[in-house]
Amino acid sequence: MMQPTFTSSRILLPVRPWFIVASLLFALLGNLLPTAYWPGIPDWVALLLCFWSIREPRRVGMGWAFALGLAMDVADGAVLGQHCFAYVLLAYMAAAQSRRILWFPVAQQALQILPLLLGSQVLQLLMRLVAGGDFPGWGYLIGPVLGALLWIPGTFLLLLPQYQPVERDENRPL
Amino acid sequence: MAGIDHAPPPFFKRGPAPLALLTFYLAFSLALFVVDLRMQSLGLLRQTVALIVDPVQRVAQMPGSLVDHALAYLRGLDDMREDNMRLKQAQLLTAPNLQRLEHLEAENERLRRLLAVNEREKAHGQVAQIMYTTRDPFSRRIIIDKGQQSGIVAGQPAIDEAGVVGQVTRVFPFSAEITLITDKDQAVPVQIVRSGQRSVVFGLGNGQLELRYIPANADVQVGDLLVTSGLDGIFLPGFPVARVTKVERDSAFAFARIAAAPLAGVENFAEVMVLAPRQELPPPPPQAPSRKSSNVAPAKKARSK
Repeated sequence: MMQPTFTSSRILLPVRPWFIVASLLFALLGNLLPTAYWPGIPDWVALLLCFWSIREPRRVGMGWAFALGLAMDVADGAVLGQHCFAYVLLAYMAAAQSRRILWFPVAQQALQILPLLLGSQVLQLLMRLVAGGDFPGWGYLIGPVLGALLWIPGTFLLLLPQYQPVERDENRPL
Repeated sequence: MAGIDHAPPPFFKRGPAPLALLTFYLAFSLALFVVDLRMQSLGLLRQTVALIVDPVQRVAQMPGSLVDHALAYLRGLDDMREDNMRLKQAQLLTAPNLQRLEHLEAENERLRRLLAVNEREKAHGQVAQIMYTTRDPFSRRIIIDKGQQSGIVAGQPAIDEAGVVGQVTRVFPFSAEITLITDKDQAVPVQIVRSGQRSVVFGLGNGQLELRYIPANADVQVGDLLVTSGLDGIFLPGFPVARVTKVERDSAFAFARIAAAPLAGVENFAEVMVLAPRQELPPPPPQAPSRKSSNVAPAKKARSK
C-alpha cells in the first residue's frame, strides 16, 4: 500500500541512479516538444534539475546542470552559455538550500522553489537583453510560476519509486 | 597561528568545494556566452552537441507526427478523395499556365542570349520538413530535418508555396536552423513590384516586417507587393516576400515608417523548400592592381559562367 504523504518522518528507499538520468532525459525531451507557441510552458529541465538538486545534492549537481544547459542552448538556437549559466546557478542555489527546503511540507516547498525558478528565468532574460534582444513579453515569466505549482504533483510522481510499502511487522521496530 | 589553520582531514571525499565548482562553471559559461556572441567561433562545439541531442529531438518530434497521422486517419477516406479531386482539378487549371511557362522560359532564354544578357538562374532545391520551432522567445527560428548530410549550407534561402520564409543560418549534421524573415533585424533586399523601387525589409521580431530607409515622399502605397530584388546574391529575384500594410508619413522624420506583413506562412507551415545556393556573382573589380587579386579574379569568373 502506498501512502501519498510527504512527511519528512517517512523513510524512503534509496533513489535509483538510472531513474534520475531517465527523468532528466525525459525533461530534455519535454523541452524539445513543439510547444514553443503556447505561453507559460514551464522549463522542464530547470524544474527537474531543481528537484534532484534538492533531493539528491550529492548525485545531481552543477556538472549535470552545465551539460543539460549546453544541450538546451544548442537545441534552442540560443546563445551558447545562456542556459548553462542559469542552470548552474540554479543547481547551486537549490543544493545550498536543500536541507532547509526539505524540512517544509510540500506546498510550502513549492513557494520556496518559485524564487529559484523565477530567478533563473529572469537571469536568462537579462543575459539576452544585454546581448541585444527584445523583451519577449510577460508570458515569459508565467512558466516558472506554473513550474512551481507543478512541484506538488511532481514531488509525488518522482518519489513514487522510492516509497516503500507500509507493512506492520511486530518484530521490526521501524 | 599556523597550527590553528590546519583543517581536519575530511571524513568523506566530496570533490572540490561547491563554491569553487560554481565559480569554475559560471566563468566557463560566461566565456562561452561572450565568445559565441562576439566572435561566433564555436561552430564545431555546437555541431558536436547537436549530434548528441539529435536523437532526443527526433523522439520529441514523434508525438506530434503521431497526432497528425491519427488525425489524417480519422479524417477518413472521403475527405482524402475530395482533396484528391480538388487537387487534380487545380492541377488541370494550372496546366496551361505551366506549359506556357516552359515555353516562355525557353523564349526568354533565347531572347536574352540574343541580347547578350546572362541567362536567368533557375530555382531548384530540396524540400525539407520542419521539425520544431525553437523554444527561445528572443528569436524566430525553426529547425528542419535536413543538414550537412543532405548538402545544406549556411546562407541558403528557404521558401514555401506563398513566398520567402527565411534563410539557413546554422547547419548541423542532420538538421539545420532557418532564421525566419520576421526575426529581429533579419534583412531581405526587396523591390516594390508596382514602382520598381528597391529597398531592404527588416524583421521586427514580433511577426511583422518593416521597410526601412525609404524617403517620406517615396511612392509606396498600402497593398504594394514586395518581391526579392536578388541584389544580395543570395535570394533569386522575384520571390514574393511581403505586402505593405501601413504607411506612416511624418514630416519630422526623413524616412517614412512602412509596416509590412509577410506573405509566406512564416510562422505556421509544415514543409519548406530550401533553394540551392546561387551561382557566385563575379567579384567586384579590383581597386588596386595587386598580384593576388589578378590571379583570383579570372578563375572565379570562369567558374561563375
